Amino acid sequence: MTAKISYDAVEVGTELPAQTFPVNRADLIRYAGASGDFNPIHWNEKFAREVGLPDVIAHGMFTMAEAIRVVTDWTGDPGAVADYGVRFTKPVVVPNDDKGALIEIAAKVAAKLDDEARTVRVDIVATSEGQKVLGMARAVVRLA
Amino acid sequence: MALDPSFVGRTYPPTDPYEVGREKIREFAESIGETNPVYTDPEAAKALGYSDVIAPPTFVFAITFKAARHLVVGDPQLGLDFNRVVHGDQKFAYTRPIEAADRLTVITRIDDIKSLAGNDVILISGEVRDAAGEHVVTAMTKLVARAAEAEAGR
Repeated sequence: MTAKISYDAVEVGTELPAQTFPVNRADLIRYAGASGDFNPIHWNEKFAREVGLPDVIAHGMFTMAEAIRVVTDWTGDPGAVADYGVRFTKPVVVPNDDKGALIEIAAKVAAKLDDEARTVRVDIVATSEGQKVLGMARAVVRLA
Repeated sequence: MALDPSFVGRTYPPTDPYEVGREKIREFAESIGETNPVYTDPEAAKALGYSDVIAPPTFVFAITFKAARHLVVGDPQLGLDFNRVVHGDQKFAYTRPIEAADRLTVITRIDDIKSLAGNDVILISGEVRDAAGEHVVTAMTKLVARAAEAEAGR
Protein backbone atom coordinates (compact mmCIF):
# COMPACT_ATOMS: atom_id res chain seq x y z
CA MET A 1 0.00 0.00 0.00
CA THR A 2 1.69 3.15 -1.21
CA ALA A 3 -0.47 6.24 -1.44
CA LYS A 4 1.21 9.04 -3.35
CA ILE A 5 -0.24 11.73 -1.07
CA SER A 6 1.55 12.42 2.19
CA TYR A 7 -0.45 12.76 5.40
CA ASP A 8 1.74 15.70 6.36
CA ALA A 9 0.96 17.51 3.10
CA VAL A 10 -2.81 17.67 3.63
CA GLU A 11 -4.90 19.68 6.03
CA VAL A 12 -8.56 19.92 6.86
CA GLY A 13 -10.18 21.61 3.89
CA THR A 14 -7.69 20.33 1.29
CA GLU A 15 -9.73 19.79 -1.87
CA LEU A 16 -9.25 16.74 -4.05
CA PRO A 17 -9.34 17.34 -7.82
CA ALA A 18 -13.03 17.29 -8.78
CA GLN A 19 -14.19 15.14 -11.69
CA THR A 20 -17.28 14.77 -13.84
CA PHE A 21 -18.33 11.34 -15.06
CA PRO A 22 -20.77 10.97 -17.96
CA VAL A 23 -23.21 8.07 -17.93
CA ASN A 24 -25.50 6.97 -20.75
CA ARG A 25 -27.79 4.00 -21.35
CA ALA A 26 -25.02 1.91 -22.88
CA ASP A 27 -22.89 2.49 -19.76
CA LEU A 28 -25.75 1.19 -17.60
CA ILE A 29 -26.13 -1.94 -19.74
CA ARG A 30 -22.39 -2.54 -19.48
CA TYR A 31 -22.47 -2.01 -15.71
CA ALA A 32 -25.45 -4.34 -15.38
CA GLY A 33 -23.49 -7.07 -17.14
CA ALA A 34 -20.29 -6.52 -15.21
CA SER A 35 -21.98 -6.28 -11.80
CA GLY A 36 -24.76 -8.80 -12.31
CA ASP A 37 -27.44 -6.24 -11.34
CA PHE A 38 -30.09 -6.59 -14.05
CA ASN A 39 -32.87 -4.73 -12.26
CA PRO A 40 -35.00 -3.37 -15.16
CA ILE A 41 -35.24 0.12 -13.60
CA HIS A 42 -31.68 0.55 -14.96
CA TRP A 43 -32.47 -0.24 -18.60
CA ASN A 44 -36.24 -0.47 -19.20
CA GLU A 45 -37.97 2.90 -19.37
CA LYS A 46 -41.47 1.42 -19.37
CA PHE A 47 -40.75 -0.58 -16.25
CA ALA A 48 -39.08 2.38 -14.54
CA ARG A 49 -42.14 4.59 -15.13
CA GLU A 50 -44.49 1.86 -13.95
CA VAL A 51 -42.78 1.81 -10.56
CA GLY A 52 -43.02 5.60 -10.29
CA LEU A 53 -39.61 6.71 -11.51
CA PRO A 54 -39.27 9.62 -13.96
CA ASP A 55 -37.13 7.53 -16.34
CA VAL A 56 -34.37 4.92 -16.28
CA ILE A 57 -31.99 5.58 -13.37
CA ALA A 58 -28.34 4.67 -12.86
CA HIS A 59 -27.45 1.89 -10.45
CA GLY A 60 -26.72 3.45 -7.06
CA MET A 61 -23.62 1.26 -6.99
CA PHE A 62 -22.50 2.76 -10.30
CA THR A 63 -22.63 6.24 -8.76
CA MET A 64 -20.84 4.93 -5.67
CA ALA A 65 -18.14 3.41 -7.90
CA GLU A 66 -17.63 6.71 -9.76
CA ALA A 67 -17.57 8.82 -6.57
CA ILE A 68 -14.63 6.94 -5.02
CA ARG A 69 -12.58 7.41 -8.21
CA VAL A 70 -11.94 10.98 -7.11
CA VAL A 71 -10.30 9.53 -4.00
CA THR A 72 -8.44 6.64 -5.65
CA ASP A 73 -7.13 8.89 -8.43
CA TRP A 74 -5.87 11.24 -5.72
CA THR A 75 -4.11 8.55 -3.67
CA GLY A 76 -2.94 6.57 -6.70
CA ASP A 77 -3.33 3.35 -4.73
CA PRO A 78 -6.98 2.25 -4.33
CA GLY A 79 -5.83 0.08 -1.42
CA ALA A 80 -5.44 3.28 0.58
CA VAL A 81 -9.21 3.32 1.11
CA ALA A 82 -9.93 1.84 4.55
CA ASP A 83 -13.63 2.68 4.79
CA TYR A 84 -16.17 3.95 2.32
CA GLY A 85 -19.87 4.59 2.76
CA VAL A 86 -22.74 6.41 1.09
CA ARG A 87 -26.47 6.93 1.39
CA PHE A 88 -28.48 6.80 -1.82
CA THR A 89 -30.63 9.91 -1.52
CA LYS A 90 -31.71 10.79 -5.07
CA PRO A 91 -31.55 8.80 -8.29
CA VAL A 92 -29.34 9.75 -11.23
CA VAL A 93 -31.85 9.93 -14.07
CA VAL A 94 -30.37 8.79 -17.39
CA PRO A 95 -32.40 9.93 -20.43
CA ASN A 96 -32.41 7.95 -23.66
CA ASP A 97 -30.53 10.48 -25.77
CA ASP A 98 -26.99 10.93 -27.03
CA LYS A 99 -25.95 12.83 -23.89
CA GLY A 100 -27.17 10.78 -20.95
CA ALA A 101 -26.40 12.28 -17.55
CA LEU A 102 -23.41 13.73 -15.73
CA ILE A 103 -22.28 12.74 -12.25
CA GLU A 104 -20.20 15.51 -10.70
CA ILE A 105 -17.94 14.59 -7.80
CA ALA A 106 -16.20 16.96 -5.43
CA ALA A 107 -14.33 15.93 -2.29
CA LYS A 108 -12.27 17.43 0.46
CA VAL A 109 -10.36 16.39 3.56
CA ALA A 110 -12.82 16.80 6.42
CA ALA A 111 -10.68 15.54 9.31
CA LYS A 112 -7.22 14.24 10.09
CA LEU A 113 -8.11 11.20 12.14
CA ASP A 114 -4.95 9.53 13.37
CA ASP A 115 -1.38 10.82 13.19
CA GLU A 116 0.00 7.30 13.78
CA ALA A 117 -2.15 5.47 11.22
CA ARG A 118 -1.95 8.55 8.94
CA THR A 119 -5.65 8.37 8.17
CA VAL A 120 -7.90 11.17 7.00
CA ARG A 121 -11.63 11.39 6.44
CA VAL A 122 -12.63 12.59 3.00
CA ASP A 123 -16.16 13.93 2.51
CA ILE A 124 -17.59 13.51 -0.98
CA VAL A 125 -20.34 15.51 -2.69
CA ALA A 126 -22.00 13.86 -5.68
CA THR A 127 -24.47 15.81 -7.79
CA SER A 128 -26.40 15.27 -11.00
CA GLU A 129 -28.59 17.94 -12.62
CA GLY A 130 -27.80 20.16 -9.63
CA GLN A 131 -29.24 17.66 -7.15
CA LYS A 132 -27.23 15.89 -4.48
CA VAL A 133 -27.50 12.19 -5.28
CA LEU A 134 -25.49 10.77 -2.38
CA GLY A 135 -25.70 11.62 1.30
CA MET A 136 -23.14 10.96 4.02
CA ALA A 137 -20.61 10.01 1.36
CA ARG A 138 -17.36 9.52 3.24
CA ALA A 139 -14.13 7.62 2.94
CA VAL A 140 -11.37 6.97 5.43
CA VAL A 141 -8.05 6.94 3.60
CA ARG A 142 -4.56 5.89 4.74
CA LEU A 143 -2.00 8.33 3.39
CA ALA A 144 1.75 7.98 3.07
CA MET B 1 -46.37 -6.47 7.51
CA ALA B 2 -43.35 -5.56 9.62
CA LEU B 3 -40.40 -7.90 9.59
CA ASP B 4 -39.82 -9.98 12.69
CA PRO B 5 -37.06 -8.30 14.75
CA SER B 6 -36.09 -11.66 16.25
CA PHE B 7 -34.16 -12.26 13.01
CA VAL B 8 -31.54 -9.73 14.16
CA GLY B 9 -28.31 -11.63 14.72
CA ARG B 10 -29.22 -14.44 12.37
CA THR B 11 -26.04 -15.60 10.64
CA TYR B 12 -26.13 -17.66 7.48
CA PRO B 13 -23.58 -20.37 6.60
CA PRO B 14 -20.54 -19.24 4.56
CA THR B 15 -20.97 -19.15 0.79
CA ASP B 16 -19.02 -21.42 -1.53
CA PRO B 17 -15.74 -19.71 -2.51
CA TYR B 18 -15.88 -17.06 -5.23
CA GLU B 19 -12.69 -17.18 -7.28
CA VAL B 20 -11.66 -13.71 -8.40
CA GLY B 21 -10.51 -13.59 -12.03
CA ARG B 22 -8.28 -10.97 -13.65
CA GLU B 23 -10.65 -10.66 -16.59
CA LYS B 24 -13.67 -10.21 -14.34
CA ILE B 25 -11.87 -7.37 -12.58
CA ARG B 26 -10.97 -5.87 -15.97
CA GLU B 27 -14.59 -6.13 -17.13
CA PHE B 28 -15.82 -4.41 -13.97
CA ALA B 29 -13.15 -1.71 -14.11
CA GLU B 30 -14.01 -0.95 -17.74
CA SER B 31 -17.72 -0.83 -16.93
CA ILE B 32 -17.10 2.09 -14.55
CA GLY B 33 -14.72 3.80 -16.98
CA GLU B 34 -11.61 3.08 -14.89
CA THR B 35 -8.20 3.52 -16.46
CA ASN B 36 -5.98 2.96 -13.39
CA PRO B 37 -3.58 0.19 -14.52
CA VAL B 38 -3.55 -1.37 -11.04
CA TYR B 39 -6.87 -3.00 -12.03
CA THR B 40 -5.66 -4.46 -15.33
CA ASP B 41 -1.86 -4.70 -15.39
CA PRO B 42 -0.23 -7.16 -12.96
CA GLU B 43 3.07 -5.28 -13.21
CA ALA B 44 1.43 -2.00 -12.17
CA ALA B 45 -0.17 -3.81 -9.24
CA LYS B 46 3.14 -5.36 -8.23
CA ALA B 47 4.76 -1.93 -8.28
CA LEU B 48 2.31 -0.98 -5.51
CA GLY B 49 3.14 -4.12 -3.53
CA TYR B 50 0.29 -6.41 -4.57
CA SER B 51 0.77 -9.92 -5.89
CA ASP B 52 -1.74 -9.48 -8.74
CA VAL B 53 -4.23 -6.93 -10.08
CA ILE B 54 -6.60 -5.58 -7.46
CA ALA B 55 -10.32 -4.89 -7.74
CA PRO B 56 -11.95 -1.45 -7.52
CA PRO B 57 -13.35 -0.71 -4.04
CA THR B 58 -16.99 -1.44 -4.88
CA PHE B 59 -16.33 -4.65 -6.88
CA VAL B 60 -17.07 -6.80 -3.83
CA PHE B 61 -20.70 -5.70 -3.73
CA ALA B 62 -21.59 -8.10 -6.52
CA ILE B 63 -20.38 -10.96 -4.32
CA THR B 64 -21.87 -9.87 -1.00
CA PHE B 65 -25.19 -8.77 -2.47
CA LYS B 66 -25.62 -12.02 -4.33
CA ALA B 67 -25.19 -13.82 -1.02
CA ALA B 68 -27.55 -11.43 0.77
CA ARG B 69 -30.17 -11.70 -1.90
CA HIS B 70 -30.02 -15.46 -1.99
CA LEU B 71 -29.89 -16.01 1.77
CA VAL B 72 -31.75 -13.12 3.38
CA VAL B 73 -34.20 -12.02 0.73
CA GLY B 74 -34.69 -15.69 -0.14
CA ASP B 75 -35.32 -16.65 3.47
CA PRO B 76 -39.00 -17.66 3.42
CA GLN B 77 -39.27 -17.32 7.19
CA LEU B 78 -38.23 -13.64 7.01
CA GLY B 79 -40.67 -12.80 4.20
CA LEU B 80 -38.91 -9.75 2.74
CA ASP B 81 -40.59 -8.72 -0.54
CA PHE B 82 -37.74 -7.99 -2.94
CA ASN B 83 -40.05 -6.17 -5.34
CA ARG B 84 -40.45 -3.41 -2.76
CA VAL B 85 -36.77 -3.19 -1.79
CA VAL B 86 -34.56 -0.20 -2.52
CA HIS B 87 -30.91 0.19 -1.61
CA GLY B 88 -30.70 2.76 1.19
CA ASP B 89 -27.08 2.86 2.36
CA GLN B 90 -23.89 1.04 1.52
CA LYS B 91 -20.66 0.90 3.48
CA PHE B 92 -17.44 -1.04 3.16
CA ALA B 93 -14.72 -1.60 5.76
CA TYR B 94 -11.53 -2.85 4.13
CA THR B 95 -8.61 -4.76 5.57
CA ARG B 96 -7.04 -5.03 2.12
CA PRO B 97 -8.15 -4.76 -1.51
CA ILE B 98 -9.37 -7.87 -3.30
CA GLU B 99 -6.73 -9.37 -5.59
CA ALA B 100 -7.08 -11.63 -8.61
CA ALA B 101 -6.90 -15.31 -7.62
CA ASP B 102 -8.46 -14.63 -4.21
CA ARG B 103 -10.93 -17.30 -3.16
CA LEU B 104 -13.51 -15.41 -1.14
CA THR B 105 -16.26 -16.64 1.12
CA VAL B 106 -19.00 -14.47 2.57
CA ILE B 107 -20.64 -14.83 5.94
CA THR B 108 -23.94 -13.00 5.81
CA ARG B 109 -25.60 -11.70 8.95
CA ILE B 110 -28.72 -9.69 9.73
CA ASP B 111 -27.42 -6.84 11.87
CA ASP B 112 -30.61 -4.87 12.41
CA ILE B 113 -34.29 -4.70 11.54
CA LYS B 114 -36.38 -1.60 12.09
CA SER B 115 -39.74 -0.30 11.03
CA LEU B 116 -39.79 3.37 10.04
CA ALA B 117 -42.98 5.06 8.84
CA GLY B 118 -44.33 1.72 7.65
CA ASN B 119 -41.14 0.85 5.79
CA ASP B 120 -39.02 -2.10 6.82
CA VAL B 121 -35.36 -1.23 7.17
CA ILE B 122 -32.94 -4.14 7.28
CA LEU B 123 -29.20 -3.92 7.78
CA ILE B 124 -27.21 -6.85 6.39
CA SER B 125 -23.47 -7.38 6.69
CA GLY B 126 -21.34 -9.59 4.48
CA GLU B 127 -17.99 -10.48 5.99
CA VAL B 128 -15.58 -11.47 3.24
CA ARG B 129 -12.60 -13.72 4.03
CA ASP B 130 -9.89 -15.23 1.87
CA ALA B 131 -8.84 -18.87 1.57
CA ALA B 132 -6.60 -18.51 4.62
CA GLY B 133 -9.55 -17.24 6.65
CA GLU B 134 -8.15 -13.72 6.83
CA HIS B 135 -10.53 -10.80 6.74
CA VAL B 136 -10.59 -8.88 3.44
CA VAL B 137 -13.60 -6.58 3.62
CA THR B 138 -17.01 -6.28 5.24
CA ALA B 139 -19.91 -4.87 3.25
CA MET B 140 -22.80 -3.31 5.18
CA THR B 141 -25.97 -2.99 3.14
CA LYS B 142 -29.11 -1.20 4.26
CA LEU B 143 -32.22 -2.22 2.36
CA VAL B 144 -35.53 -0.41 2.68
CA ALA B 145 -38.70 -2.31 1.85
CA ARG B 146 -41.30 0.32 1.12
CA ALA B 147 -44.74 -0.01 2.61
CA ALA B 148 -47.05 -1.79 0.16
CA GLU B 149 -49.19 1.30 -0.55
CA ALA B 150 -46.23 3.63 -1.20
CA GLU B 151 -45.12 2.37 -4.58
CA ALA B 152 -43.24 5.44 -5.83
CA GLY B 153 -39.56 5.53 -4.99
CA ARG B 154 -36.26 5.12 -6.68
